[in-house]
Amino acid sequence: MSEEVLQQATPGLIPGSGTARAAKPTRLSPSFISWLQAGPMMLVFLAFFLIPLVFVVIVSFWDYNEYQLLPAFSGRGYTDTFEGCIAQLPDLCTIGKTYLMTLKLCFMVWAITLFVGFCVAYFLAFHVKSKTWQMGLSLLCTIPFWTSNVIRMIAWIPLLGRNGLVNSGLVKTGLINHPLEWLLFSEFSVVLALVHLFTFFMVVPIFNSMVRIDKSLIEAAYDAGATGFQTLVNVVIPLAKPGIVIGSIFVITIVMGDFITIGVMGGQQIAAAGKIIETRVNALQFPAAAANAVILLAITFLIITMMSRIVDIKKEL
Amino acid sequence: MTETTRKTGVSRRTLLKGTAGLAGLAAGSGAITGFPYVKSADAKVLRYLGTAVNEGDDISKQCLKDTGIKIEYITATTDDVTKRVMTQPNSFDVLDTEYFSLKKLVPSGNILALDAKKIKEFDNITPVFTKGETPGGKKIGGQGTAPWKVLYLEGKDSKKFATSATEFVTLIPTVYNADTLGIRPDLIKRPISTWAELLNPEFKGKASILNIPSIGIMDAAMVVEASGKYKYADKGNMTKEEIDLTMKVMTEAKKAGQFRAFWKDFNESVNLMASGETVIQSMWSPAVTKVRSMGIPCTFQPLKEGYRSWASGFCVSKGVSGQKLEWAYEFVNWFLSGFAGAYLNRQGYYSAVLSTAKAHMEPYEWAYWMEGKPAEKDIKAPDGSLLEKAGAVRDGGSYEDRMGGVACWNAVMDENDYMVRKWNEFIAA
Repeated sequence: MSEEVLQQATPGLIPGSGTARAAKPTRLSPSFISWLQAGPMMLVFLAFFLIPLVFVVIVSFWDYNEYQLLPAFSGRGYTDTFEGCIAQLPDLCTIGKTYLMTLKLCFMVWAITLFVGFCVAYFLAFHVKSKTWQMGLSLLCTIPFWTSNVIRMIAWIPLLGRNGLVNSGLVKTGLINHPLEWLLFSEFSVVLALVHLFTFFMVVPIFNSMVRIDKSLIEAAYDAGATGFQTLVNVVIPLAKPGIVIGSIFVITIVMGDFITIGVMGGQQIAAAGKIIETRVNALQFPAAAANAVILLAITFLIITMMSRIVDIKKEL
Repeated sequence: MTETTRKTGVSRRTLLKGTAGLAGLAAGSGAITGFPYVKSADAKVLRYLGTAVNEGDDISKQCLKDTGIKIEYITATTDDVTKRVMTQPNSFDVLDTEYFSLKKLVPSGNILALDAKKIKEFDNITPVFTKGETPGGKKIGGQGTAPWKVLYLEGKDSKKFATSATEFVTLIPTVYNADTLGIRPDLIKRPISTWAELLNPEFKGKASILNIPSIGIMDAAMVVEASGKYKYADKGNMTKEEIDLTMKVMTEAKKAGQFRAFWKDFNESVNLMASGETVIQSMWSPAVTKVRSMGIPCTFQPLKEGYRSWASGFCVSKGVSGQKLEWAYEFVNWFLSGFAGAYLNRQGYYSAVLSTAKAHMEPYEWAYWMEGKPAEKDIKAPDGSLLEKAGAVRDGGSYEDRMGGVACWNAVMDENDYMVRKWNEFIAA
């Protein structure tokens, strides 16, 4: 966008803001324009994320009884959460086990979506030559998103169940004698459903990074005698890193907080950090739920920080 | 309500001069002081918060026809209903909730007890609620939050449950039932007679319980007691040691792979059973009926240790007063007058006032659902679909046998907080 267009557009973006200045046809300072551009998002972020988050942190330090919040300082939400973590050593306490399971699922889903997502993006970016086809095939990837999350998830159940399609098919072909129990309500089914749901979040940012790789770099690598694998490792992957990191952040944050998919596909028998929060909220123990939310946020934040240490996204973008 | 009063003030005054004086006086007694109300001023609408159990379209349609009151359903899960009462008490008028929630709701001060004197059929309410016995005189188990323990308040705004009858009723009873295990007789192929079977290794990977902690632990306690491991003083109010013990038994079973899945809502329980993922699980009566109506054999199996029961009823939000309160009474009175009761009975639940429901049912229906007799004709659901062929007998038999066999009631324990933590530990194990 040229600066002139911006000038015309910005007063319309936020009606009423900065009217005194915008009324005069003078030039706006570039920094003011960028504030105007970022403003709406900033306000939304402030009103619907930061302020509620502050409340969550405050409430997490409150006390509670059966039916109300008691606005008095209390670490009960936290001490209850970490109950037995020292006493039960070397066994893990509830929260330890829960996070171990959540991280395990998270890692598996991340690894698989990364592999699958990278392959799909690579195919789209380097093997599909025409822009039209690239567009068309990317759109194809979005088809699963035309139905709701819950339906996509539930659709697996009749497929994987004890008397489901897969099992009855396998039994009929004589490959197995008894239906495979682990196909449904297991870690396998949870990972499968999560991969199905979230691979697309990996494909898009990686594809986006890949299409911007200068093709002459790949030609140069080829000319210098690099094998296809060497080109992939030394040229494509480093240049696709920002996409990989952004995709990973998407997938990891979603899986860390998920409890619905884990609940439905895991038969409610697999612990998840989000599940603990849900149980607490349902029992009207809001401060304990808030404390768990703060812990979850802290751990997710830690993971994201570690990932952005590996790649400086700001620089790469 | 005050808001509407002021807005319509002028027109009401002019109206008053005309015809509606009487109606206004009658309806406005005890409303906003010195300001008689007029019935015709507002549309009769009540926002009705509850679980899906009572919220039939047929009920609201019939209610509109009979009383002119339009019911707007707000449907939520049991937990969410409680949450909503706590956090948004002004978002509903009439509340339909379970007795065990009262331990949380009453101290919050967000609900208003109803006046027994204004409930026409109050004296005809089944003694299950008022005395803890069946009409035939069978004593009912009182472990847990039995309705008669929390039926009355000491005073209008009291937060204390009265030990004897007063006119201030926490919840006007509407519907209740006796729950037990559902089984697939075609897959189990032998008689089941005790709760202990839930943890029988024979059904490894084919059992399930509810994942609602406060109810799930009661089913677990029935199992522990049935297997002779422990006898509780009150399954509905365990000590920390008892909670530990119960959860230990369940955790061992879970680790051994006893459970296929836990379920949380009606449809999940139907799907698990209908697809054959489970063959024995805690269940609700209409869910069993639903499985059966799909052509799949399913039994709501009576067990020798008895049933776990629940009951729900009506109260109103603390924000309801004046005219709206009168409508609420009118609605509750209508609800107990028979149509709704018969409707609920035909679904396999029980209605609080038996005499009026009976008057709205065919004798053969009453004989099947309430007296445990073989069906003389085909039994149909309220929507007209076939439930049972002629000759069938209801699982568990008559009202006397089923309600008389109740061992405990859904409850909120004193150690609820500890129990919820232990439940999370159980899920994580």
